[in-house]
Amino acid sequence: MTLFILHLAFIKILATAARLRHTSAMLEIRDLSLSVTIQGESVEAVSSLSLTLQAGRVLGLVGESGCGKSLTAQSILRLGEHQGVRKSSGDILLDGESLFEMSDETLRRMRGGRIAMVFQEPMTALNPVFSIGSQITEVIRLHLDLDQKQATARAELLLSDVGMQDAQQILKQYPDALSGGMRQRVLIAMAMAADPDYIIADEPTTALDVSVQKRIIALLLNLQKKRNLGLLLVTHDFGLVAEMCDDVAVMYAGQVVESGSVSEIFNQPAHPYTRALMGCRPEISEVGHALPVIGGQVPQPGQWPQGCHFADRCPLAQDDCTQGALMANVWQDGSHIARCLHVSAKPEGDES
Amino acid sequence: MSVLEVQSLNKTFAAGGMFRSIGKAKWAVNDVSFQLKAGETLAIVGESGSGKSTTARLAMRLLKSDSGSVFWGADDVSPLSGKALRDRRCHIQMVFQDPFASLNPRMKIWQTVAEGLRVHQPELSREQRREKVAETLQLCGLDASGMDRYPHQFSGGQRQRIGIARALIVEPKVLVLDEPVSALDVSVQAQILNLLKDIQRVKGLAYLFISHDLSVIRHISDRVAVMFAGRIVEQGSAADLFAHAQHPYTRALLAARPIAHPDERQSIDIDANETTEATADSGCAYQPRCPFATQACVSFDGTLHVQDNGHAVACLHPLPINQ
Repeated sequence: MTLFILHLAFIKILATAARLRHTSAMLEIRDLSLSVTIQGESVEAVSSLSLTLQAGRVLGLVGESGCGKSLTAQSILRLGEHQGVRKSSGDILLDGESLFEMSDETLRRMRGGRIAMVFQEPMTALNPVFSIGSQITEVIRLHLDLDQKQATARAELLLSDVGMQDAQQILKQYPDALSGGMRQRVLIAMAMAADPDYIIADEPTTALDVSVQKRIIALLLNLQKKRNLGLLLVTHDFGLVAEMCDDVAVMYAGQVVESGSVSEIFNQPAHPYTRALMGCRPEISEVGHALPVIGGQVPQPGQWPQGCHFADRCPLAQDDCTQGALMANVWQDGSHIARCLHVSAKPEGDES
Repeated sequence: MSVLEVQSLNKTFAAGGMFRSIGKAKWAVNDVSFQLKAGETLAIVGESGSGKSTTARLAMRLLKSDSGSVFWGADDVSPLSGKALRDRRCHIQMVFQDPFASLNPRMKIWQTVAEGLRVHQPELSREQRREKVAETLQLCGLDASGMDRYPHQFSGGQRQRIGIARALIVEPKVLVLDEPVSALDVSVQAQILNLLKDIQRVKGLAYLFISHDLSVIRHISDRVAVMFAGRIVEQGSAADLFAHAQHPYTRALLAARPIAHPDERQSIDIDANETTEATADSGCAYQPRCPFATQACVSFDGTLHVQDNGHAVACLHPLPINQ
């Protein structure tokens, strides 16, 4: 018995040592380019994108639909490859190890085990013909060496962790018996099943009512702090970013156009796209005035202009914007970077 | 003179699937009344299942109410059906939420937009109809040269403009807008909200604006009705309601709005483990969630109490104004 305990302790030390070896535990996307197939042709949808998510931090990936933010998020779990999403260059590193060099077995353990995902639609992400209990214990047993009874006990614990009082009862229920907010809680519990280090949440509150939204946000933040998770939040909603994030990356047409800390992005937005997008929000507008708008629309993959992707909608654009590809940190102020040549210029009539 | 008025609308849906006759009827809309004047925007806000879309469909007469009446202008349309109702439909038109699902993918844009004309102005020739479509599309900020294209060739925002043009072409007095911008990106949302304001100014239209997004509502509406569990629980001018909400539910809704700046973050005062979404079957429906509920609320009949300034609250313990 003593031997067994010693053995366990030894394993634990080894595991800790393995983690410590990577002095900075992080999930790193390096110069990633992804292409998708549109009408038989391969076109670039994400273009040399770099992001770093550290344990214990919340990173917001913001942008309009069609900018490639969900594609990026899914590529971290190497999802979408069967739908024709291909990596054309770059790499994704989990604690220094490339996700693209992992064996199928390691990849399977990584998905849900190290990095878990919370999807947008709590209505479709659960299987309607299996009970909540069987869906949660499936995940638990896939990743942890537990028997059915222990797995059920863990499932109960997870459900009470996400604020569901009657856990035992809920395990027996089917998804249709639960409201949208409750289903999202179940999905969050499932994501936590194998104690992952990183969570990717793709619009986790968009489908929910406002009052429920606030509670799910609070829940996610509580869990993130308690477990020191790295959380990647994919959203179009600056309100959610203001509420949750430490760092922000703004995406436009397949590129990160600006990134920095949440206060930098909100107090001194550098890129004209970030400024314009924040200006459109009705919550900061004055009643009785027309809302500021961005003319035109996000160009589709394959139709990106030369140079700056935002140039033809940009109030500050000059000839040099369309000359050639721009580096992600053309403009830099400490950790705050923007892909823009004219950050210091102000559009006419703008006094801010 | 109101262009739309509904009085004591009631609608129940049978609950319980196969044995619905023995199941309990569920009140979707319970004693709802409001008036809408020309050039005015009334917003209805509430959570999913509060009955706001059902109210819109009852006002449109897409659904028949169990009791109560609907007036389009001076006409009581509640008893009408068939052709008599159809002939009056040019008075009130609807714009739907999902611009991807609400346009027929097999019809050209001009055919979709012109469809209402075939019913309401059958005397027009094909050329006249096309001309009118071009005019209306331009009013909605679209280039008329796109009228021979199909919906899939347009973006979400453009499709919503087409949806608005389709509603406007029969020259209605009232537009019912059911979550018209909630499927759109924030930049496109701003364009559509501006467009709606402009059209209202030019045409003097009245809007019944259904939304769950309070920031959008604050921006666009003159008056707001808050619905909860099928009833209007508070109603008043937008400025008044946002500044001095008196119903505990309205206060909770306002408090749940997303913040605009990270500096507004508070130490978590929200109970993440609070999962109550219950409503009471008798008395005030909000009492299971209400921090101010008392014994008296169990037998409260939910009547709106109208105050001097027109602000109305259905609550026995309305919150003081200067808080």
